[in-house]
Amino acid sequence: MNTREVIIDVENLVKKFGSFVANDHLTFQVYKGEIFGFLGANGAGKTTAIRILCGLSTPTAGKIWVAGFDAFHQTEQIKRNIGYMSQRFSLYDDLTVAENIAFYGGIYGMSRKEIKEKTEVLLNKLEFSSQKNKLISDLPLGWKQKLAFSVAIFHNPKIVFLDEPTGGVDPITRRSFWDLIYEAAENGITVFVTTHYMDEAEYCNRVSIMVDGKIAALDTPEGLKNAWNANNMDEVFLKITRKL
Amino acid sequence: MKRFFGFVKKEFFHIIRDPRTLVILFGIPIVEIMLFGYVITNELKDIPVAVLDKSGDEVTVEIQNKIYSSGFFLRGGNLYSEKEIEKAFRKGHIKQVIVFEADFSEKLEKEGTAHIELITDASDANTASMIVSYTNAIIQDYMSYRNRQLQMPLQINVETRMQYNPELKGSYMFVPGTMALILMLISAMMTSISIAREKELGTMEILLVSPLNPLQIVLGKVAPYFGLSIINAITIVTLGNLVFGVPINGSIVLLMTLVMLFILMALSLGLLISTVAKSQQQAMFLSMFVLMLPTILLSGFIFPIENMPWLLQVLANIMPPKYFIIILKNIMLKGTGFEYVWKETLILIGMTVVFIGLSVKKFKIRLE
Amino acid sequence: MESISIHIDDVSKTYANGEGISNISLSVKRGELVGLIGPDGAGKTTILRIITTLLLADKGMAMVEGFDCHKQYKNVRRIIGYMPGRFSLYQDLTVEENLKFFATIFGTTIEENYELIRPIYSQIEPFKNRRAGALSGGMKQKLALSCSLIHKPSVLILDEPTTGVDAVSRREFWEMLKGIKEKDIAILVSTPYMDEASLCDRVALMQDGKIMQIGTPAHITSQFAHTLYSVKSENMYAILKSLRTYPLVHSVFPFGQKLHLTLKTGDAADAKHFLQTQGFEEVTIEQIVPNIEDCFMELMSSKKTEV
Repeated sequence: MNTREVIIDVENLVKKFGSFVANDHLTFQVYKGEIFGFLGANGAGKTTAIRILCGLSTPTAGKIWVAGFDAFHQTEQIKRNIGYMSQRFSLYDDLTVAENIAFYGGIYGMSRKEIKEKTEVLLNKLEFSSQKNKLISDLPLGWKQKLAFSVAIFHNPKIVFLDEPTGGVDPITRRSFWDLIYEAAENGITVFVTTHYMDEAEYCNRVSIMVDGKIAALDTPEGLKNAWNANNMDEVFLKITRKL
Repeated sequence: MKRFFGFVKKEFFHIIRDPRTLVILFGIPIVEIMLFGYVITNELKDIPVAVLDKSGDEVTVEIQNKIYSSGFFLRGGNLYSEKEIEKAFRKGHIKQVIVFEADFSEKLEKEGTAHIELITDASDANTASMIVSYTNAIIQDYMSYRNRQLQMPLQINVETRMQYNPELKGSYMFVPGTMALILMLISAMMTSISIAREKELGTMEILLVSPLNPLQIVLGKVAPYFGLSIINAITIVTLGNLVFGVPINGSIVLLMTLVMLFILMALSLGLLISTVAKSQQQAMFLSMFVLMLPTILLSGFIFPIENMPWLLQVLANIMPPKYFIIILKNIMLKGTGFEYVWKETLILIGMTVVFIGLSVKKFKIRLE
Repeated sequence: MESISIHIDDVSKTYANGEGISNISLSVKRGELVGLIGPDGAGKTTILRIITTLLLADKGMAMVEGFDCHKQYKNVRRIIGYMPGRFSLYQDLTVEENLKFFATIFGTTIEENYELIRPIYSQIEPFKNRRAGALSGGMKQKLALSCSLIHKPSVLILDEPTTGVDAVSRREFWEMLKGIKEKDIAILVSTPYMDEASLCDRVALMQDGKIMQIGTPAHITSQFAHTLYSVKSENMYAILKSLRTYPLVHSVFPFGQKLHLTLKTGDAADAKHFLQTQGFEEVTIEQIVPNIEDCFMELMSSKKTEV
């Protein structure tokens, strides 16, 4: 496994807000094409870490490389090479499907022709072509989320960060959403995902669990379950966050 | 009643806890009054003043020298008869004529009193009143200097006459105007925003589901801002008086009573806005466009209503600040009593009742 | 009938955009915990808002403790405890001030009803001088729950209290609800998390403004019409794709590191054989008991094929 290409390399990441240590010496690596689950209790420091990895926040100390770029100085290059999607913010409600796609393509400097071609392909794949000119606000939530994910990887980023992408979505749509994630991973896009659904944690190749600003555990779901003598990830999570 | 006070207490916490609200509440009135005060009362410098000296003795010359050496005034020439006064003003560059009566120093010594008449071009009312008060100050200064050497104090009677605009329209207008503007904004905007905030936070849902009735919620929201707005009104009147010398000639009790009426009106307008606005942002914009701009533009605060096209005059007639400004001007500047402002007061009361009625009626006991 | 606390009968409500709920009937007994389970947009919040008198139904009847939610809304508001989605607290007030405020508007005091909220409030009492905005998600949730209980309501309505909260806090929250239920309070709670169904006495599975099924979790899972298998292997994604091409498959969904599979005909041996022909050697297939999520998905797909 360790011979695989490392796409996110974090060594002793520290982030302080005044005297409060939000991230306390995080060290981990994420491999190319991996689905990496980033779990933790509310307030454990997940969001802080994701912001740093996305180049939105400057770390206090540590060595952090994302897609080959330094998170201290090369945040612009990082942003160009990642995609981001969250439950809260994904698409503009008052723009149509096609307009949203064109807008994001434009942000990443794609040519008009390229946007047009890729939009066709994307909408066909999602069986969305008939909805092309519908406003996002008129779509069901599950469709929005799928579309938001597709838009986040529209510019073919090296890594896509997903912050609770499936919140509030029905179980079938949630699973078809994970189909998209698998497919992206097969195409070599690294997926960095947070979730509160513990069964989703098991879909990940590897999972890290943060507690109080530190990474308390990092392994495959199988490895974690064995190590904590648990039947499922829910139990693992409970044991880890309650024990520490 | 306990519920109500609990509610008011909570509102006070919100205000005190948010530094931005505090700045808006207390900082803006001070900044505005200073701003308007200084922008409108521009500095007095080199104002051409002519003299009609009917006596020409050493005292009148001394006073003239004092006035001209003050730096505020320029020699605008000597006049020799009353007839020339009108002509001098017509030519346009003279802003004031100082008239000394005949045998000035003799009268002063023998009778202990003498007369000076100040005739001022009041077409620019604000400057005119400043010219008068400056000239007056210089004369008084001279007299107190003279009187130090004497046991029997002498007296110069200064009589002022305003040419062209005897009622001094527009003078000191910035205090009534600013007061109307600020009370309108603070009262209406803050209440509407604070209700909209509860909607945004989702706490309104809980309040609605509680046994509080709409009137309690509405009054609980209004009460703290009522108190704060009164403090603001006092601040403005005091600042206007101390810093810019705006007088309060009428009854202070009457003034404050009508100020409270206006605040109530503004608060009920704020409530009305909040029943329409769904977010703090909307409440803010509505307050700005519905309240602030009309208050500035259509209340007669800056632009005289008489000069407006008839459509705007009609509009101005439904702007509450117009009536409030008339009331303030009458009580503060002219020193008149209630008998002169009862009509305006009645109009304001009517508006308040309508706004409160509408907002209680429109206040939803449910979500849409 | 005596002990029925919340009762809604054939309630419908349509919004301007066409969404809404239709023909919802549901009742909650005193001391019972009922869950409305479904994704966003299923109509959960609408039902709760009709019961809390915040919305009027277009049709049908909603009653709380014998009071009509439309005509006698004032009586209802006095006896209901409500925690809306998003923790509706005053962020700039401290923990204690929030609680005190809600106590006063209901005409009571913290002391008077302290016993009821003690198990919950005591956990956040050490932070009572901290502003609510500075609390963690789990603590906010506890404070919001304390606030909604401070007037000793006989009915508690919770709109997605566990959404966005981590698994540990969620579990703690459900334990607290169990404690409240024992005080003979009727609880109606909505949630998008299927795994929380097992913590309810009864659940209503909701989708697109309708209740698809209602009953005890055990009853609902016993109604599952197919034999359910779990499939386990190394490369799950490949096996999933392969099974989707298998004509005998009725449904196949990933569940953690396993797949849940139902077949139109045949049994585990057939499926295993098929997978072997596709080159998957190491496959374990065993029969399992369905959970609520299996039932939910089954109901969803059968409803879709009906249409």
